[in-house]
Amino acid sequence: MSEPRWLPWVRRFVLGFLALFTLVPLYAMVSSSLKPLGDVQGKWEWFPTTLTIQPFFDIWDTIPLAEYFMNSLVISGSAAVLSVLIAIFAAYALSRCRFRGKNFFKMTVLSTQMFPGILFLLPLFLIFVNIGNTTGIVLYGSRLGLIITYLTFSLPFAIWMLAGYIDSIPKELDEAAMVDGTGPIGALIRVVIPAAMPGIVAVGIYSFMTAWGEVLFASVMTDSGTRTLAVGLQEYSTQVQVYWNQVMAASLIVSVPVVAGFLLLQRYLVAGLTAGAVK
Amino acid sequence: MPTTLDDAPAVKAAGAHRPRQTRRRVALPYLLLLPAILLELLVHLIPMLAGLAMSFFKLTQFYIRDFTSAPSAGIDNYKFVLDFDSAAGEALLDSFWISALYTVLSVGFCWLFGTSAAVLMQKNFRGRGVLRTLFLVPYALPMYAAVITWSFMFQRDTGLVNSLLGTDSFWLIGDNSFWSLVIVSVWRNWPFAFLIVMAGLQNIPGELYEAAAIDGASWWRQFQAITQPMLRPVNQVLLLVLFLWTFNDFNTPYVLFGASAPKEASLISIHIYQSSFVTWNFGLGSAMSVLLLVFLLIVSTVYWGLTSRRRNAGV
Amino acid sequence: MRIGKIAPALVLALAAAATTACGGDTSSSAPKELVYWASNQGTSLDNDKAVLRPELDKFEKASGIKVKLEVVPWTDLLNRILAATTSGKGPDVLNIGNTWSASLQATGAFLPFDDAALEKVGGKSRFVGPSLAATGASGQPPVGVPLYGQAYGLYYNKKLFAEAGITKPPATWEELVEDGKKLTKPDKGQWGLSLQAGQVTENSHHAAILGAQQGARFFSPEGKPQLASDPSVAAVRQFVDLMQKDKIVNPSNAEYADTAKSLKDLSDGKAAMFMNQASAGSFKNIGMDMADLGVAPIPLPATPPSAGRKVTSFVAGINVSVFKNTKNPGAALDFVKFMVSAPEQALLNKTYGSLPTVQDAYSDAAFQTEDVKVFQSVLANSAEPMPQVPQESQFETLIGTAMKAMFADVAAGKPVDGAKIRDQLNQADQQIAAGG
Repeated sequence: MSEPRWLPWVRRFVLGFLALFTLVPLYAMVSSSLKPLGDVQGKWEWFPTTLTIQPFFDIWDTIPLAEYFMNSLVISGSAAVLSVLIAIFAAYALSRCRFRGKNFFKMTVLSTQMFPGILFLLPLFLIFVNIGNTTGIVLYGSRLGLIITYLTFSLPFAIWMLAGYIDSIPKELDEAAMVDGTGPIGALIRVVIPAAMPGIVAVGIYSFMTAWGEVLFASVMTDSGTRTLAVGLQEYSTQVQVYWNQVMAASLIVSVPVVAGFLLLQRYLVAGLTAGAVK
Repeated sequence: MPTTLDDAPAVKAAGAHRPRQTRRRVALPYLLLLPAILLELLVHLIPMLAGLAMSFFKLTQFYIRDFTSAPSAGIDNYKFVLDFDSAAGEALLDSFWISALYTVLSVGFCWLFGTSAAVLMQKNFRGRGVLRTLFLVPYALPMYAAVITWSFMFQRDTGLVNSLLGTDSFWLIGDNSFWSLVIVSVWRNWPFAFLIVMAGLQNIPGELYEAAAIDGASWWRQFQAITQPMLRPVNQVLLLVLFLWTFNDFNTPYVLFGASAPKEASLISIHIYQSSFVTWNFGLGSAMSVLLLVFLLIVSTVYWGLTSRRRNAGV
Repeated sequence: MRIGKIAPALVLALAAAATTACGGDTSSSAPKELVYWASNQGTSLDNDKAVLRPELDKFEKASGIKVKLEVVPWTDLLNRILAATTSGKGPDVLNIGNTWSASLQATGAFLPFDDAALEKVGGKSRFVGPSLAATGASGQPPVGVPLYGQAYGLYYNKKLFAEAGITKPPATWEELVEDGKKLTKPDKGQWGLSLQAGQVTENSHHAAILGAQQGARFFSPEGKPQLASDPSVAAVRQFVDLMQKDKIVNPSNAEYADTAKSLKDLSDGKAAMFMNQASAGSFKNIGMDMADLGVAPIPLPATPPSAGRKVTSFVAGINVSVFKNTKNPGAALDFVKFMVSAPEQALLNKTYGSLPTVQDAYSDAAFQTEDVKVFQSVLANSAEPMPQVPQESQFETLIGTAMKAMFADVAAGKPVDGAKIRDQLNQADQQIAAGG
């Protein structure tokens, strides 16, 4: 493609601006995490005068960070895996089967994206409590309750995206498998799932991140044993002391694995989106 | 999206002459959907209906211990929040406009940044991979970590922003707080637009550009004639999703300002939170949420209808 | 594979996956076990655990009752109480901010401390009167007993006072403003007074204190909100004018949303005075030498209005309450009795820098210092509870938020006059009336 002469300049300018915009907060986070408390409370310095890695040790003592980390990992991981699993079956049905109520289902699922979280937070909480009272399955204050909540949050988008992705897989492939004697489920497992892998990974990433960052529901539905990072990190600021350097160090620590995983899998994400949601 | 749905009876073709399986065939899609349906019912639909019911009751701290004892309020809650001459109605209307402006600006900039970056990175150049990775970092960052960093930077006396601009403005209170909110929201969400548009661009067949180049079309002409129309379906979905997320956004203002956002940045979600969770008046809060939901439903339906018609007419 | 087998298998697999993923099962409490939610009183949640754990062990040794402790951050406490109230599933014993008393009383979710219950924890007469008054609406049995007492005082930096040639703390509001002006040197980055002007509840507390001095009653005896009265407008104006007219407060304080910054300003010599609850522990924590700090009651106006009341603080503090749904009311009351016993009161309040709520704990040497005596006398003689009405939390939120916005306006150079204040308070009245 031949480019006009002005384009490289526009490219440099726009991408340079966006890179700076992206980088500055990241720099603030990293550099503040390496400053002593007194320095982060004072005037902003672009270059730290004193470097210390002490905040990275202190964060574990100020709050039970490791425990919150585990909670978040278990909750987000389970929510992502289950969400993907359920979405695959639903998406397969939407893409390959003809049945009554299909459009109704799709529209209903999509419309849940419009529900303000505030509207159903308290009712959901009460339903969880009542399920606990009648069946003994503890949903309130347990990880299970949050897993169910979060996996449902990401489910609508996951179903839509995977349905789009499976649409792009030629039907002849699974038909051929079925002619060979496998049932529709066999075809799903042997043919469709392997072919839809990029989409599945993309949906998994999306679900994981949705769960990892949620604050509102976690603040009402967890107790000290099940608190997640998104809520727990707030404990670095108490009324009498805000440990800004520790806040930044902890933010960094909790970000690194997620960001790293995300970036490693970004190829799948783009591929999954390409064939799925954006068609 | 919906146009790709082809109802071709793939399953029927495989098992047409095996009648004993027909019943299962009919049941299959429903079985596959069952887990999703159950969860949607449990977490989204039933609570939503319960929320709708709550909006017709006077659910204050006197009754929260036993919801069944709450007196019916009829449509009083709605009358109250829709009385725009009263303080409460006015406050709701204010926060509605603030949310609307916030959404338009945030979605607009996210889309603009995302599209520009994706289009400008269509061609390969040195460092493209690094840049793409960098751009995705804000989206991958846990929400709390990202927003708290911004609130640190926005402090007046000790913040990076004032140091950078050489000013001593307030960013977390007063008029600027609205802009702070927009900036943080754009910073966090534009990478999502970037990601989606980038994926959309990869779907455009290269031959189209090749053919256009042979015809001698300029870059700008190719952008207008190929890139833009091919991205239209992507944009249709992207803008709707961003609109819904941003309008319902609670986390960004809550982490940036705490439960009491300055009035210039009091989004409707924060306003509803204060009306229900801080003052424990859940009937009123639910009524506001239902109104918000109705508004979003109408906007989405109209938007989808209009854009789909134009899209079909255009093709 | 057949669908008929697949579907149930799928459901089973999901259920299994979900249950194995779930670890945080909250086990039902054994007969002799109590769950206790403590509020965050120390420098961190861990600090609280370290302080309380040995005491709870002491209690277990003496009574055989095990106490499971959870320290709940202030940001979560009200929501958690709400969750407990609506679901009936909560702790056995918990701390509440005493200003919430009447609101929580209205829910009916807490064990009323009638005379019999009070007798069980040591009798009514043991408690410091004003603190006990802040445990619920008058005429109804209280929903808790005071645990940690608090009162406002005026901290001042002795060094800065000496430098400015001021020999004693201000005795009237006018003197406070005058001293403040002498101490304000913006070019040196020094200001007369530090305010947490961006903090909603702090603002509402000051509105209540100054309001009482001006003779304001925020609620009528029937419980109707009447915030927009002349005296309350005057009180809010008096407070906002510290920054607007008197200019003894750094405009950047409009952004201060936590105590940390004000404490630091005082210890760095950037501010000479600070009105706060007793906070010796926090000052020590940031390395302030307490010898450099003096404390005095918040001053009254030189010529108080005729309806004005002699109030220099509201009755601040934390109460301990028993959840009505507890399976062990007896054990819960035993635990409350332990927490308000003289030795525990002395030890805990000493550690947290708060004031004992029972008379017999004051004999401890730690409470014989000058500073503590000032706070003690304020609490006993010139403190008034916040309005004990169910809409108290709305009152705090609305008036505090309005004042935060006023400070933001002042800091941005926009004038805040009486008419504007009255308009804001009028709106607050309407909103409270509708909510109640």
